[in-house]
Amino acid sequence: MKKVIDYIKGNPIVAMLIVVSIFVGLTTDNFFSWSNLGNLISNTAIRFIIALGVSGCLITKGTDLSAGRQVGLAACLSGILVQRADYASRAYANLPEFNMWLALIVVVVIGALIGLLNGTIVSRLKVPPFITTLGTQTIVYGACLVLTNAQPIGGFQKGYTELITGRIGNVAGFHLPYLLFVALGFGLFFAFLYNKTRHGKYMYAIGGNEIAAEVSGVNTAKSLTLIYVTAGIMYATAGWLLAAKSGGASSSMGMGYELEAIAGCTIGGVSTTGGIGTVPGVLVGVLVFELLKIVLQFLGVNPYYNYIVQGVVIVVAVALDIRKNIKKK
Amino acid sequence: MSEFVLEMKDVYKAFPGVVALDHVQLQLKPGTVHALMGENGAGKSTLMKCMFGIYSMDEGEIYIDGVKTEIHNPMDALEKGIAMVHQELQPIPARTIGENIYLGRYPLKNFGPIKTVDHDKMYADAARVLKEVKMDFDPHTKVGELTVSQMQSVEIAKAVSANCRVLILDEPTSSLTQNEVEALFRIVEDLKSKGVAIVYISHKMDEILRISDEVTIMRDGQYIGTWDAKGLTTDFIITKMVGRELTNLFPPTDNVPGDVVFEVEDFTSINPKSFRHVNFNVRKGEILGVAGLVGAQRTELMEGIFGIRSKTSGKVKYLGKELTITKPKDAIDNGIAMLTEDRRGSGIMAVLSVADNISIASLNQYVEHGIVLNTKKIEQLVKENVEKMNTKTPSSKTPIGSLSGGNQQKVLIGRWLANNPDVLILDEPTRGIDVGAKYEIYCIIADLAKQGKSIIMISSEMAELIGMSDRIMVMCDGRVTGFIDGKDATQENIMELATQFES
Repeated sequence: MKKVIDYIKGNPIVAMLIVVSIFVGLTTDNFFSWSNLGNLISNTAIRFIIALGVSGCLITKGTDLSAGRQVGLAACLSGILVQRADYASRAYANLPEFNMWLALIVVVVIGALIGLLNGTIVSRLKVPPFITTLGTQTIVYGACLVLTNAQPIGGFQKGYTELITGRIGNVAGFHLPYLLFVALGFGLFFAFLYNKTRHGKYMYAIGGNEIAAEVSGVNTAKSLTLIYVTAGIMYATAGWLLAAKSGGASSSMGMGYELEAIAGCTIGGVSTTGGIGTVPGVLVGVLVFELLKIVLQFLGVNPYYNYIVQGVVIVVAVALDIRKNIKKK
Repeated sequence: MSEFVLEMKDVYKAFPGVVALDHVQLQLKPGTVHALMGENGAGKSTLMKCMFGIYSMDEGEIYIDGVKTEIHNPMDALEKGIAMVHQELQPIPARTIGENIYLGRYPLKNFGPIKTVDHDKMYADAARVLKEVKMDFDPHTKVGELTVSQMQSVEIAKAVSANCRVLILDEPTSSLTQNEVEALFRIVEDLKSKGVAIVYISHKMDEILRISDEVTIMRDGQYIGTWDAKGLTTDFIITKMVGRELTNLFPPTDNVPGDVVFEVEDFTSINPKSFRHVNFNVRKGEILGVAGLVGAQRTELMEGIFGIRSKTSGKVKYLGKELTITKPKDAIDNGIAMLTEDRRGSGIMAVLSVADNISIASLNQYVEHGIVLNTKKIEQLVKENVEKMNTKTPSSKTPIGSLSGGNQQKVLIGRWLANNPDVLILDEPTRGIDVGAKYEIYCIIADLAKQGKSIIMISSEMAELIGMSDRIMVMCDGRVTGFIDGKDATQENIMELATQFES
């Protein structure tokens, strides 16, 4: 119990949101419903995968502004590859129909290559990550426009959309979305990567003090590159999932996702000054952000105001978090 | 009118879990140098931060000229005539001397209805105060182009420009050469004659005894006492600081140097102004001291050997075998370790735990199944390491940044010992560390040498070099100017070699 109280004291935003959720749940009809929960889980799952990717960049004092556009590119490319051969307005009429798993492999390889480009520019050319990924963000968006000719992509194989939006089991009438397990799987993998491997330790060390890490024998360039490559793979996977979940793709997909992912991470306690951040923290941060969106929707807040509220929450959450650390001094 | 320009009474300040200042007092007379002494963690800096308005006191009073006052922030302190030169200078390198001096209180002039910075007045004033601190520099010079001691003079000039009546100097000589120290002392004497009260924080006994009029000693956040500096001895001060008798400053070294194992030949930097044609060797179980003035390129040489800096020529051999070292990892893989000089900059990872800081360089030993780290074994390593080093930390999960300098240093030495290196390069291993912890670190060094490890120790403290080294290599301006046997070494013969500049 004491632990719960301490947690609430340390995370007022989370506590506040839970209280507001309960309020909304009691005053509106469908908030506490299985379909709403399913929505929340599916939305959170994909954002969580993107946030995991960007978390490594943030922990090493970097950032990745290309995340959202990479998701968009992967979504479009997946869509193009899995378009049914008999679909009337195919993007590339002569392209053979790809197996959905083969499409995943293709986008993951491309995601890894974009990550490799980011990582190499950051670690070898020493261009600040903010600038590097600002550049690649634009490049990737351009590539996506060229690829799609700015046309929306539809007509996916049935199996693809059905699999990703599929559900399993029956817990008191609730069918668990597959995406839940995908997200949990990645969460466990990242928790393992961050806590139980050299790569994870090196990542925290670079975030804590890059020069000290180098002097301690850490190949910082290699570690950083690997972090951006991993991130690229996560964005690609998220894009592949997102296209299927939405049942279509377009070049505007994923726009601004990088900012939501960064916001989720920072709300979840990933420090922008480096060296600090955990996978459960990232999960809580992303969940809080997605919950906030749904709460606003249920409260009937004019969608235009949503952005204002979200922005305020980001700043307040991080300000509170930083205050916590200042006090310790 | 009080006889004291500034008085702090009954100051109490607590941080979560620690009482940093336990009813401490301090009385400063105008025109005196008042040394404030104590081990690291004794509360000196906290007290000064309370005086300078960086921290607020939980209890206690401050009187200026006998009038009770409150100091809310550093700007407030400056207005009340209190100035502070921090140990770690924080200038703005890309701006000029003048702008650094008048930062936050630029002289203004009217430009129509709006106020703008009066640059002419600012630079004229800056030139005047620079003269007062005997600094012959154009105030338009960018601060980044100055040496550390010149930056310090700029900081003092800033204090002078504020017409300060109390000046706090926090370890002002830790990175100065002997000549620069003399210059600083002249400025201090000058300010003293103008009636400024100077609080002087330092660990260097000879400086304290030479320059101060009064000495206040603190220990564990408590006020121990204030004495007239005349007639005080080093032993007395240390006893009061440590709270127990310290019979020896250095442990007995009973290591026996064996055969030559580590050789450096014709080592030359890529930078023509840095080290060149350096030859030396180290025996098994030997402590080789490296002496030299600031700028002798000792750190640069060692960082070159360790693969942090580039060289144009030169060989490093261990047991006769030539080693290829282009980055620190190569050196580490070949059994070399290096404790770097700049503990904050290239040593600790402040936000990470003691455990992570200890294990970072030796994780390869704990990898199982090609990828998984054996966290149990790492915990064991950390536990043993903390015990062996006698590191004082609340837990191994505590962020290293919250430990004292001495304990941070023990963690960093522990980091390297976890790798079981054959050659240890220690660059200023006891800089900024209090007397008690220093002795412990000397014991660790002596013990390592006894175990047969080859130690290279750079130090700017003569006593430490003479007390610990089997042999001392002296450098001047990038060259090795000679070797002195530890038994024969004196301050004089070291200085003679250290000042053999090429004409």
